Amino acid sequence: MANAALDPHAAIATTASGVGSGLLTTEDGKPLARALVRSQRRARKRAFLLVLPLLAFILVTFVVPIGQMLTRSFHNDGFSANMPQVSAWFAETERGTPPDEAAWTALATDLVASADARSIGVVGTRINYDMPGTRSLFTSTGRQVRGGMEPPYQANLLEINEDWGDPRLWSVMREASTPLTANFYLASMDRTRDETGAIQQVEEQQRIYATLFWRTFWLSAVITALTFILGFPIAHLLATLPMRKSNLLMILVLLPFWTSLLVRTTSWMVLLQQQGVVNDILVWLGVIGGGQRLQMIYNQTGTIIAMTHILLPFMILPLYSVMRTINPTYVRAARSLGATSWTAFRRVYFPQTLPGLGAGAMLVFILAVGYYITPALVGGSSGMLISNMIAQHMTGTLNWSMAAALAALLLGAVLVLYWVYDRLVGVDNLKLG
Amino acid sequence: MKTTLILSTALSGLAFGASAQELNVVSWGGAYEVSQVEAYNKPFTAETGITVNMIAADNPATPLRAQVEAGNVTGDVFDIEVSDAIRLCDEGALVEIDPADLPAAPDGTAAADDFVPGALQDCAVANIVWGTVIAYNTTKFEDGAPTTAADFFDTETYPGQRGLPRNPKRTLYLALIADGADADEVYDLLSTDEGVDRAFAKLDTIKDQTVWWEAGAQPVQLLADGEVTMTTAYNGRVFDAMVAEDQPFEIIWDGQYMDMDMFVIPVDAPNPEAAMEYLKFATDTQRLADQARYIAYGPARMSSASLVGLYQDDETEMAPHMPTSAAALENAVLDDPEFWADHSAELTERFNSWLASS
Repeated sequence: MANAALDPHAAIATTASGVGSGLLTTEDGKPLARALVRSQRRARKRAFLLVLPLLAFILVTFVVPIGQMLTRSFHNDGFSANMPQVSAWFAETERGTPPDEAAWTALATDLVASADARSIGVVGTRINYDMPGTRSLFTSTGRQVRGGMEPPYQANLLEINEDWGDPRLWSVMREASTPLTANFYLASMDRTRDETGAIQQVEEQQRIYATLFWRTFWLSAVITALTFILGFPIAHLLATLPMRKSNLLMILVLLPFWTSLLVRTTSWMVLLQQQGVVNDILVWLGVIGGGQRLQMIYNQTGTIIAMTHILLPFMILPLYSVMRTINPTYVRAARSLGATSWTAFRRVYFPQTLPGLGAGAMLVFILAVGYYITPALVGGSSGMLISNMIAQHMTGTLNWSMAAALAALLLGAVLVLYWVYDRLVGVDNLKLG
Repeated sequence: MKTTLILSTALSGLAFGASAQELNVVSWGGAYEVSQVEAYNKPFTAETGITVNMIAADNPATPLRAQVEAGNVTGDVFDIEVSDAIRLCDEGALVEIDPADLPAAPDGTAAADDFVPGALQDCAVANIVWGTVIAYNTTKFEDGAPTTAADFFDTETYPGQRGLPRNPKRTLYLALIADGADADEVYDLLSTDEGVDRAFAKLDTIKDQTVWWEAGAQPVQLLADGEVTMTTAYNGRVFDAMVAEDQPFEIIWDGQYMDMDMFVIPVDAPNPEAAMEYLKFATDTQRLADQARYIAYGPARMSSASLVGLYQDDETEMAPHMPTSAAALENAVLDDPEFWADHSAELTERFNSWLASS
C-alpha cells in the first residue's frame, strides 16, 4: 500500500513496531490495510442489505411507475402498432410524397383490420391529439368498413369521407407512424407542426401551457417569499423563548400541520368568500360598504393566501431547528463591539440562519410548484396552476401522454432550479432539521 | 411496458380480490351510490345470493382504463359517462352488449325500443338520464324570478354572481342558448369557428362575475352560502338540497344539458357472467323506476316513467323533478359524445386559454 507510508498514524505505528519493511500486518501475517478494507467491505455489504428493502420499495413504487409514465410522453404507438401497413409505406417514402395507390391500399387494409380488432378508437385518438376533429373520421369510417372493403380504395374512402384526402391528415399520420414522437412536448410549449412538419406557435386563443408554467413558478416564488416574511419572526420567537412557552407555541404551529389539507382549504373558503367571515367583519366595521365586498377567493389572491398558510410550517420548522443552535453570545459580542442591533442581525445572526432558510425555501418552493388541490378549490380561473392541467389530462381528457409531457417538463424545470441552487448556495448547506 | 404496468398496478389491485360469489361495481359514490345500492344491489343479492361490492371513484372511467391497460381488471361493472363508454368501446376495452339480451318492458316492448334514444350503445346500457340545470336562490329575486337561460346572463335585471363549471362542455351550449340559439343547432354552431366565437363572446359578458366550480357538490354549496345567486348544477344535487335540506332553491329547466350514465363491462372482467346478470337486472323497468325513489335522476327506459312514485320521504312526487319530464325536455340539449370525442381537447385548450387571459 503506497499511501500507508503517507498516513501519519501508520507511520507512527510502523516506527513503534519497529518493522523495517514499513508494512503493518495482522497477526496471521496479512497486510493490515487489506484486512481493514475487507472488513469494511463486509460492513458495507451488511448495511446495504439493511437498506435493500427500502431500495426495492422505492424502485417498485416510485422509479418504475414514474419512469413508465414519463415514457408515455415521447412514446405512443397508438397509430403505428395498429396501422402496420400504412406505417410501412410512410417508412419507405419521403416526407411530402402524395399518397399513391399502394398507400391507399395499405390504409384501407389497416382500417378494416383495425376496425375488426376494435382498435380503431386508439388510432383515432392518437391522430386527434395532433389534429383535433379527426377522431370521428376514423371511428365512423371504421364502423362502415368493418368486415371488409372493395377496391378502388381511394375512391371508396373519399366517398365515405372526403377528409381522407386532406394533406394535413396524411402529414399527421406520417408523424404518428413511428412510436417515438416529440409532439406532446411541442404541445406542452404551445407549439405545433404545420403540413410541412415545420414547428410553429399555435393560434393565440389556444395558447395556455406556457402561461401556466410561468404563472406556476412566479406564484411559487411569491408564496416562498411570503412564508419567509411570515415564518422568520415566528421561528425566531420559538427559538428564543423559554422551552415551556415555545413548546406551546410550537403546538400552535404544528396543529394546522396535522389537520387535513382539505379542511384547511375549505376553511379558507368560509373565511374569504364574499359572504364570508372576513367580508362580514369589514362590512360590520364600516370599512367597506355592503355592495363592495372584496373578492379574495377564486382568484390568485385566494391561491396565494391559502397556499402560504398551508406551506408555512415547512418554512418555520427548518428555520427553527437552525436558530436553536445559534449561540446568542455571537450577537452579544457583536453588540459589545459597537454594532447596532440591525448590523448585528444582518452581519452576524442572519448569515447563520441561511442553511435553514435555504432548506425551508426549497421545501416550500418545490411543494408549491406541484400543488394541486388548493388551487383547484380556491384558485378560480386566474389562480389555476400547471398541476391542474396535468390532473385534467390524467382524469378528464385521458390524454396520459400529454400529462406525462407536462409533468416531465415540470420535473425538468425543478431539477434545473435545484442545480442552479446548488451552484449558487450549495446543497451541502441545507439543514432540514 | 405491459409487465411493468402490471407490477405497479397490482399493488393497488390487491385491495379487492373477488371470489365467485362477489361482484365489484365501480360507481361515483355519494347519494348516487346509495340509490344504486338500494334499488339494484339489495334486490340483486336477495335474488341471486351474489354479494355486490360498491367501489367509489371520482370518475370510474379512469380506473377502468388503468386496469385494462395493466391487464389486471378487478372491477366487473363500471358506471361511466356516454362519451367515455363510446371511446373505450372503440378502443376495444369493453364487452359488446346485444340489446336483444336485455329484458323486455312489462308490456312486451323490446328493450331496443324501450330505452330512450342514445341509451343503448355497442358496449353500454344507460341506467339514468341526468341534467345540468340552472338553479337560483329564491330569496335573492323576490321582485321577479328568472325563468330562462337568457336571464342567467342578464346580471342587470338579476344581479349577483354566477356559478359555472370550469369546462367547455357545460358552458358553451348555455351561452349559445342564452344568445338565442335553438337547442338542436348547438352542435352545428360549435362546429364552426363563428359559433365558438359567439359562445365565448356571450361568456365574456359575465366572465368577471363568475365563480368557476369543478366538483358536483360545489355549486350547491356556493348557492347555499350566498356566494352566487344563480348557478348551473346537476339536477339531482339541487333536488337533494331543495327537498332533503329545505334550501330555498328553484330550478330553471330551460337550456338543460342532458347526459346519461351507462353500465359497461370491461373485457377480462373477473366475473363476466355475473356482471351481465347484474347489468340486465339493474336496467330492467322496475329497478330503474325504483332508483328514482332515492335520487332525482330519470330512468333510461320509457316504460319506467309511469312507475316513478314518491321520494323516500313518502310525500314528494318525483315525476316533475325528473330531467325527462315533458317540461324539462322543452329546450334541452342532448349530450353529443361524438362531437366531444373530436373537439374536447381543442375546445378545452381554448377555454382554459380564455380563462387565463384577463
